[in-house]
This record gives sequence, structure tokens and C-alpha cells, in this order.
Amino acid sequence: MHFLTLAGILFTLGVFGIFLNRKNVIIILMSIELMLLAVNINFVAFSAYLDDLSGQVFSMFILTVAAAEAAIGLAILVTFFRIRGSIAVDDIANMKG
Amino acid sequence: MTTILSDLGIESVLPEIVLACGAMFLLVVGAVSRSVITNTVSYAAVLLLLLTFFLTVSLDWSTAVTMNGFFVMDRFAGVVKSLILLAMAVVLLLSTGYMKRERITAHEYPVLLLLAALGMMIMVSANDLMSLYIGLELQSLSLYVLAAIRRNSLKSAEAGIKYFILGALSSGMVLFGSSIIYGFSGTTNFAGIAQALAYLPQVHLGVSLGFVFLLAGLAFKISAVPFHMWTPDVYEGAPMSVTALFAIVPKLAAAALLMRIFYEPFAELEPVWGQIMWGLAAASMIVGALAGLGQTNIKRLLAYSSIGNMGYAMIGLIAGGADGAGATLYYFIIYMVMTAATFGVLMSLRRDGTALEEIEHMEGLSKTHPVTAYVMAALMFSMSGIPPLAGFFGKLFIFQTAIESGLIVLAVLGVVSSVVAAYYYLRIIKVMFFDDAVESLEHEPNVPRDAVILVSMAAVLGLVIMPEPLLNVARAASSVLF
Repeated sequence: MHFLTLAGILFTLGVFGIFLNRKNVIIILMSIELMLLAVNINFVAFSAYLDDLSGQVFSMFILTVAAAEAAIGLAILVTFFRIRGSIAVDDIANMKG
Repeated sequence: MTTILSDLGIESVLPEIVLACGAMFLLVVGAVSRSVITNTVSYAAVLLLLLTFFLTVSLDWSTAVTMNGFFVMDRFAGVVKSLILLAMAVVLLLSTGYMKRERITAHEYPVLLLLAALGMMIMVSANDLMSLYIGLELQSLSLYVLAAIRRNSLKSAEAGIKYFILGALSSGMVLFGSSIIYGFSGTTNFAGIAQALAYLPQVHLGVSLGFVFLLAGLAFKISAVPFHMWTPDVYEGAPMSVTALFAIVPKLAAAALLMRIFYEPFAELEPVWGQIMWGLAAASMIVGALAGLGQTNIKRLLAYSSIGNMGYAMIGLIAGGADGAGATLYYFIIYMVMTAATFGVLMSLRRDGTALEEIEHMEGLSKTHPVTAYVMAALMFSMSGIPPLAGFFGKLFIFQTAIESGLIVLAVLGVVSSVVAAYYYLRIIKVMFFDDAVESLEHEPNVPRDAVILVSMAAVLGLVIMPEPLLNVARAASSVLF
């Protein structure tokens, strides 16, 4: 049960990190990572509790995909930085409507 | 080859295997060749998609579960996958000329398209939360890169970042929901979840919580209001051919995934998802109609149009049964055909050597290029659902099933919002026919693109004469889910 509380808190922190942060896109990437890791804690805790392996297999998949996701996020961020010269969240608002 | 596969019991995965190997092969070919061979890779990718299409069609479509319960092949998956593959081939044919003209020469473009198609096929055939997640991520990761593929454009990079952040958030929600569902039902397999739910009380709080998270994550992918914030920005920022892809294909895959999880593992939770989808459908139709009114950018307009159309499509999903789900599938087919032709027309128009962006720039098109203007006008009439064009039948069947299953309020909302939305479709016609041209548009002929427009127009007009055969296919496909 404590594991679930921990995972819940971490996940919420991640979500708030995405929405409340007004400074830097790197922090958003960190928040995304935090969310995925919170989910991993959930899966591993449930897996141990249920005595069933598939939760741990799932968390291995998540780790792999999270790595790919971080790579792609950083790559897109680099192209943005090259053009705009900044990665401040407020600068990512050229389109509105 | 096939005997080895059938010994392993995975012959129904053959199309995916071929597509994955082909995509990786083309990636290597593009990387090792000295000269830029994007066009060659593009046409090879079209051929690969068509090959995969024929493999899919030639498969046995009776229900088969393979890969330790990760993968299911049935009539529904077969039909939806065939549609996805054809639509992807169409998008590639539409975009080759455009990408060349816009000087986007990355050979990764067709390869990413193939990988996105592969991800969508896995989503449609997912029979386990794990394969659902892997398919969804393969699709999304390819699409993030595609949105940002024009590396020298600020808008494109911004579209990529926005899509990436909100997409990653939605994937996180899908995962969090999956973990809770796993915890309470003890399995990630769809059949196992259905069994567990049958034992649990009617609406089990824990599973429902996880399910709501899962649903919110997937609502992002079909851009249902209130999870639609990314859609207009991404549509505007991405190159037109990528916008065409976003508008035509991924939503079908996500909607097919929703249908599978609603009707198979989570059928017991109908009271939960019925209500949520009701709200999403109503909000999408209203926002899609109202927010589109003030748009001046044609891509943003089509973004709101797609949000509204998702709302109509969801009505059939809520109604359920082979008729409701069939109507949704049919609606998707018609919407895809109309959107493909619309984007084809838009991509063929240029002004001052740049791609068309603003609606006003289509002024006086009927005088300079009458054929294009009439084609576009027919498409806009069809989109707004004016009889007797194909778009009308799509809406008709949706509203019919809505009324039959007692969703009167949704049907009324749908009719009202489609009347409101007709304003912005008709405004395009007004701009083309009744405004004077300030500067003439150039129309650029391109054989594959014009062929796509011609075939789509034939379909839009042909479905007027006989809508029944296609509707029967859609109904037969959806009936396996019940």
C-alpha cells in the first residue's frame, strides 16, 4: 500500500511538473521521466503482491520505451534550440488561436 | 516460409513482420546510399505498404490469438488494418511531390511513415495492455518526429515539442491506468481482464479508476475535447503532407483500439465509459463547430473540423452493437476519403512559391482554376454533410443508430453542430467562387497526387449511388467484437 502511495505522489508530481513549470523544457522532460518511473514502481509493487511476473515484464518494456522517448524528446528540443536559440517554455508559443 | 510461421503459430503476424523488416531495410538503404534517394525510398515504401496490404487481405480473418495472447487477428482487425495500409500508401503518394517542392529531402520520412503504420497495426491487433502500449508508442514516437521533420522551420519544431510533451503525458496516463488495472485484475491480458471484471462487482472502483486514466490517455490520441489542445497547433506547424497524415490515419487506429477495449475487456464497465464518451462526443462536436468559425488558417480549420468529426464518429461508438460500431467505421472510411482528396487539392496549390496556408489566399480560384475549385467545392459540400454526397450518408447512419439506441440528445447536438460547422465549409466555397483574386494561385500538377484526388472523388460520388456494400463490410467487421 505504501508503494502505491509513493507511486501516486511521484506521478502527481510529474503531472504538476509539466503544467506548473514556466521555465525550462528540460524540466518537462524530467517530469515525464518521473511519471514513467512512478508507473514502474506501481507495476513492480503489484507484481510482487500478486506473485505474477507480467508486471515486471511490463516495467522492462516501459524502461526501454522511456529511453527512446527521452532520445526523441531531446532531439526535437535540439532542433528547436538551433532555430530559436532558447528552450524557455514561454518561447514555445508562436502559434495561438 | 509460411510453414515455419504456422509451426510457430504466428502466421497471422506475417504482415507486421514483413512491414517491420521492410521498413528497417529501407532505413539502411537510405542511410548507406551516397546520393539523396528519397523518391526511390518513397515509392519502395508505397510498394511495401501495398504488399503488406495484400498479405493482410489474403490472411484467414477468422479470430486467432497468437504470441502468448498478445496479438489477436480477426475480421475487424483485418478490415481496419487494410484501411490503414491503403491510407498510408495514399498519404505517401500525396506527399512525394509536395515534399520535393518544399525541399524536405529526408529519406527517413517514408521510413517513419512505415513505422507509424506498423505501430497502428499492432494497436489494432492488441490483445494485451503491453502490446497496446508498445503499438501506441511506436506510432506516437514516429509521429512526433514527423511533426518536427522540417528542421529549418520554427513552427515545425514547435509543433514537434508540443506534440511530444502532450503525447508523452497521455502515454503516462495510459500507463498509470494500465498499472492500476493490472493491480486490481491481476493480469494484463484482455481476455483475463474481462474474466476478472465478470467476478468483481458491477462497477469496481479500483478498476474504474485505472480505466478512466487509460481512457483519458487514449482520448488525447483521438483529440477528443477537452484533450484536444495540441491538435490545432500541431496541424498548423507540421508540413502539409504530415498534417494530411495526422488527419487521415492515426485517429482510425486509436478509435479501433477504443472499440476493442470497450466491447471486449471492459464491456462490464459500460456505465463508466458510456457516460465519459457521451461527454467527450458532445464537447468535441460543439467545440469543433464553434472554434472553427474564427479560423483564418486552413490547417487550423481542418484541425477543428477533425475534432468535430471525431465527435460524430464517437456517437456510433457509444451506441454500440454491430450497427453502431459499423456506422462509426463507415464514417471513418468516408471521412478519410474526403480528407485525402481535400489535402491533395490544398497541396497542389501554391502562391508566391510557398505552400497555401490562409483561407483568403484561395480567393477567385474558380476563375483561374475552375476544375480544382469545383472539386474542392464538392468536397466541402460533402464534408458539411449536404445530401446527396458521401459525407451525408456517413452522418445519416451515425444519427440513425444514435436515435435507435436512445441517444436523442447527442443526435440533436450532432445535427445542430453540423449546421454550425457548415458555415466554415461554405465560407471556403464563398471565398473560391465569389471573391476576386488579388494574386493568382499556381496549380501544380503531379501525377500520383492527381490520381489520388480522382479516385477519392470517384469514391465520394460513387458512394452516393450505392452506400450499402461498404456499410455491410463495416458492419460485418464490427460484428466480431460483440
